[in-house]
Amino acid sequence: MKLEILHELNAERAARRPAILVTDTESGEQRLVKAKDFARDPLRAELEKQLRMGKSASVEAGGKKLFLNVYAPTAKLVIVGAVHISQALAPLARSLGYDVTVVDPRTAFASPERFPDIPLVAEWPDTALPPLNVDAYTAFVAVTHDPKIDDPALLHAFERGCFYIGALGSRKTHAKRGDRLRAQGAKESDIARIHAPIGLAIGAVSPSEIAVAIMAEITAVLRLPPKEKEEAA
Amino acid sequence: MLDRDEDILKAAEDWQKAGHGVALATVVETWGSAPRPAGSSLVINDEGTFLGSVSGGCVEGAVVTEAMDVIQSGKPRMLEFGVADEAAWNVGLSCGGTIRVFVEKVG
Repeated sequence: MKLEILHELNAERAARRPAILVTDTESGEQRLVKAKDFARDPLRAELEKQLRMGKSASVEAGGKKLFLNVYAPTAKLVIVGAVHISQALAPLARSLGYDVTVVDPRTAFASPERFPDIPLVAEWPDTALPPLNVDAYTAFVAVTHDPKIDDPALLHAFERGCFYIGALGSRKTHAKRGDRLRAQGAKESDIARIHAPIGLAIGAVSPSEIAVAIMAEITAVLRLPPKEKEEAA
Repeated sequence: MLDRDEDILKAAEDWQKAGHGVALATVVETWGSAPRPAGSSLVINDEGTFLGSVSGGCVEGAVVTEAMDVIQSGKPRMLEFGVADEAAWNVGLSCGGTIRVFVEKVG
């Protein structure tokens, strides 16, 4: 691997930007394709598929054997609300490989006894969220049921382009939330991005089951191609 | 796989900058119950120091030896390990899988 390529790859990884290293395993020739350049690449379909699955693989293209080595950042999950559902959601998300942080200004909720080994930030969203570097590789869920906490958090998630945004509440609750967010300047397209009611419809009852529904939905958004994603929703 | 090679690629860059000959070995194909998925990698320097793994311990010794040659020659090579391979009797995968490992010089 040429030093320039290695250097560029390390810079992309440090910035949490996905990239794929394409190696011709016969000649040893290599090129690095950054995610933002996938759309105009001849291997577009293969690159997009492998990145979506987070999986490196060998492919054949134009009579060449190519190895696509996928470098995707570790996905983060930010949970706003240290509630009962979050106590089940945080360890489940962690077992799926997410870096998890729980945010809740209410110290009675955000206590280490309730969330052993999970990073907790007992601050209001405007203080807690900026240092977390919420980005496109972040799933974001707001589950406090309290507009004072959930609303500013959701506005932050819109701004950062999270790949998944979910909020707890019935359709009625969500309609009211939409009105409030609109009044605070949120775009219609942003509000439409919120998954609410949160989680896949699997008839979840207990907090743990709701956690499973939420992680199933996040997984679908992360892994399914856009068309199948619509069908699952 | 999510961001598993953090230290490996950083080490590759650091060692190279420190003046070492460096090679990178990467699993590019697997069949059967291979212990590490495609994309797993191992970085080796000219002192034989290595970081990472391509098989969870079964064939690292052989990969390091080959990597030393690659550092010398600068030519990449493909290694194959598995039960179907003759080398398996010496440094095979006990799990019964087969892996192909691409070894290349860095720099």
